[in-house]
Amino acid sequence: MSSRVDLPIGMNRRHFISHLAGAAAMAAPATAFTNSLRANATDLKKRHKSAILLWMGGGPSTMDLWDLKPGAPTGGPFKQIATSADGIAICEHLPLMSKQMHHMSIVRSMSTREADHMRGRYSMHTGYVPNPNVEHPGYGSIIAHELAEQVADLEIPPFVSIGSGSVGPGFLGMTWAPFQVDSNGNVRNLDMGIDPGRLEQRLKMLATIENKFIAEKRGGSAEDHRKVLDKTVKLMTSKQMEAFKVMQEPKEAQEKYGSSGFGRGCLLARRLVEAGVPFIEVDLGGWDMHADIFPALADRKLPELDKAMSALVSDLADRGLLDDTAIVWMGEFSRTPTVNGGGGRDHWARSWSVVVGGADFNRGVVVGETSSDGKEVVTEPYASQDVMASVLKSLGLSLETTFTAKNGRPMKIANSGKVIKELFT
Amino acid sequence: MDSVLPPRVEDMAMECGQFSAEGSVMVWATVILPLPPGLLGRSCWLVRIAILAGLFLASVARPASPAESEHFGIPQVKFINEQISSHWTDAGLKPSEAAADGEWCRRVYLDIIGRIPSLDEVRAYVADSSPTKRPDLVDRLLGDEFIDDYARNWTDVWSTVLIGRDVGNEMVSRPGMRQYLRRSFSKNIPYDRLMEELVTATGVNTNRKEADGFHGAANFLSGKLDENGVQATAKTAQIFLGLQVQCTQCHNHPFNKGKQNQFWELNAFFRQTRALRRFSGTRDIQWIELVDEDFPGEGGNAEEAELYYELRNGLMKVAYPVFVDGTEISRSGYVPRTLEGGEGIGVNRRRELASLIKTSPLMPKAIVNRMWGHFLGYGFTRPVDDLGEHNPPSHPELLDGLAEQFRQQSFDLKELIRWIVLSRPYALSSKATKGNHRDDPALGEKPKFTHFYLRQMRAEELYESLLTATEADQSRGGEEAAKKKDEWLSQFITTFGTDEGDDATAFNGSIPQVLMMFNGDLIKQATNAGKGGFLDRVANGSMKNAGKITTLYQSALARNPSAKEVAAANEMLVARKGDAIGALADIWWAVLNSNEFIINH
Repeated sequence: MSSRVDLPIGMNRRHFISHLAGAAAMAAPATAFTNSLRANATDLKKRHKSAILLWMGGGPSTMDLWDLKPGAPTGGPFKQIATSADGIAICEHLPLMSKQMHHMSIVRSMSTREADHMRGRYSMHTGYVPNPNVEHPGYGSIIAHELAEQVADLEIPPFVSIGSGSVGPGFLGMTWAPFQVDSNGNVRNLDMGIDPGRLEQRLKMLATIENKFIAEKRGGSAEDHRKVLDKTVKLMTSKQMEAFKVMQEPKEAQEKYGSSGFGRGCLLARRLVEAGVPFIEVDLGGWDMHADIFPALADRKLPELDKAMSALVSDLADRGLLDDTAIVWMGEFSRTPTVNGGGGRDHWARSWSVVVGGADFNRGVVVGETSSDGKEVVTEPYASQDVMASVLKSLGLSLETTFTAKNGRPMKIANSGKVIKELFT
Repeated sequence: MDSVLPPRVEDMAMECGQFSAEGSVMVWATVILPLPPGLLGRSCWLVRIAILAGLFLASVARPASPAESEHFGIPQVKFINEQISSHWTDAGLKPSEAAADGEWCRRVYLDIIGRIPSLDEVRAYVADSSPTKRPDLVDRLLGDEFIDDYARNWTDVWSTVLIGRDVGNEMVSRPGMRQYLRRSFSKNIPYDRLMEELVTATGVNTNRKEADGFHGAANFLSGKLDENGVQATAKTAQIFLGLQVQCTQCHNHPFNKGKQNQFWELNAFFRQTRALRRFSGTRDIQWIELVDEDFPGEGGNAEEAELYYELRNGLMKVAYPVFVDGTEISRSGYVPRTLEGGEGIGVNRRRELASLIKTSPLMPKAIVNRMWGHFLGYGFTRPVDDLGEHNPPSHPELLDGLAEQFRQQSFDLKELIRWIVLSRPYALSSKATKGNHRDDPALGEKPKFTHFYLRQMRAEELYESLLTATEADQSRGGEEAAKKKDEWLSQFITTFGTDEGDDATAFNGSIPQVLMMFNGDLIKQATNAGKGGFLDRVANGSMKNAGKITTLYQSALARNPSAKEVAAANEMLVARKGDAIGALADIWWAVLNSNEFIINH
């Protein structure tokens, strides 16, 4: 099983010097790379599962996007439009997404208890409430960890966070920490700024010192260091780093996703899925609209979201990747049905929506219902851990797994959340 | 022939023998290992005498395994040594040899003041032949000469313990906390007072001109009062009493004796306390004020101010303030005041809590365990803040004895530090031997301290050590420098909570951290061969090549390079075609990125 692209120049990858020659190989044009990727795409599809979390920082008003109440006093000015999924109507300002809804499903019966940004973010990412003595891992760390076998050949990190940092690996350890890049695919501190020959000299000297210390048998951490160094050098010199070069995508693709940071981030996410990365988180912030929410949504936020998200879903579908890629759209909570004095909505966790799609999820389904004013869930309510359990199931991962936290406490995966049954046949 | 001769005798005595036990190993190896056939016959008697003389000097200069009797006249050190070695005997283990002088010096600088010794500092220590050089150095590190470094280091350590590494919490001012801690450690206030101030603080959490009543210690609790202060309860118990109560918030503890009522009875002590947001002008939170107010009780009777908690079966139970040892205090929820008739009523629950903590036998045990863990890599229990019958300590008499001594010395943290760092276990090498390699706590064994356990430097230590090694430490101090440090740290430390009091005994690095060390700005500056910089000075100094390489090693690793390393370094020079300073920059890069640099050994 390999996600490795055939090197155009036929280098022997194992030899140390050839790693450094990779710097020259990186100048290869994007089309060569993507062509080889397409050729491998069928292979990838059979072997790789991925998940993409579209994280809406600030708490998006889901009642104005996915669960509209036109005519209700709380309804706001937006109208709803029909979509490609029977019986599902969404906000008029998401016209492109409306054509993709046959790939997605909406859970309208979310009901959670954390309406504070930090706590909400933590609990939606981990399935747990913040606890002073345990650091729980977030989605990315868990899924990367569970798909570890799949990524044995992956030289780039298995959990990539595009935009601001995600929630960390907690007790799973730093191996599963998110690897942060900006939406242009830039990795901080990747380049030493010296020629490959000199880099080789430095690494040889480093190896001399490292191995001497290891040979003195003073303890395991000496070797642990060596392992992370090796991984880092592999990363720096890996051909797989090409996947991050989002700016090399053809113009049409860049335009389809939009020139916003989030648009490029979604395009980068697609590339990373193609490269075999099991988990990618893409950030879109600015949803914390306590004032003047409707113009902010209609004029700025929704068009940005619409373009990028619809491009991502359709692209993955077109390339045959959607059946192996779970998509999750959510924020830390939603916003009050009642509009406040400043024309905005405030934090609200009691009744809101999460959108999922791809992988083994049922498509074009609505789960649950809220009251006519949107203030209450009138069917079975679902919480963060239930979404997590469902995402894991959609990827074919076991819900029986139990981790052990640092204090010795057993931690069931997904905090024993229940699978949202309407999402699966 | 040159490759088997040891270095010149004089060099060895000055540099190898005292600097590194490893130097003398080299010597032994050349004599004991069979020389190539014919060489022994061919090497002249002068050479053989030189070898033997070198051996002699090396073995005299190399510290032997410290004797049990070496306690510098300090009874607590003697006590530690006796206790530790009696456990060795019981376990059939033999301790490793002593750490080399340079190693011990580097270790003690890191552990007390949070940075490696400078080149001059380590050379001075190694060259010192006084029999009291260890206690002398320790006195200096704990004294006025290093007061700023000392305060900064322990501010870093205790900030992480008290408020974690998370920078996002708007209820907590990290600068306010740091200011309080810095002052406290500069003045070496006794630990019981530190605890009391942290537990009972009221006032404004940041130092601003708009607000009076700044008390940085308020930042300990200001961010922990959500949800009726359950975090305040858990953290206070954990840090100051070594009790893990957080599980018992919802149910009796599965494997220690903690009960749910005990959690809520402890929580009752925090019910008078509020963290109030104070604004000025705009809606953004400007500061937090921690206050104690009357607690009316959830039943509405402030004289008997109770709280209710829910059992798992849904039944509600009542709780009043009761300490973990069963001591009850007044149930009044009123804060202390005098009524019109002159009668004094009310009780300050947090003040009561602080006095109860102070007299608890758990309090000094918790701090001794934590400090022992700081210096020796592992406490007597794992984790260090989980004491109780369910988690018996590895050295119970030692823990109890030291706790008692600490209380008797009025909780003077510097005294406790002195006892630990002058002890025999702290003086041992980190090289395990055949006789003690099974003493490996990383495999889950209880530690026996037969050899020093490796530890990764904390991020702050790494930063300060990089500054020291590259002689960039003149820029230390002042706001500009503090900002730079914070920027570097926030990049380096992922705020993902993996270092809140965790054992740092496993290397905990991530790829982004290594990338920073490989290619980040600080390293680029450090390996900058520009005029007037450290490398420039070394390159243009009057030493020969070997001396320059030695200088780099001594600056960063407190030891001399081995012959193999010198050879490798010479190869670098050849590869750079005579660009001496470039080669030095490459060697320096490798040294600073090595496991040996980043690990406290």
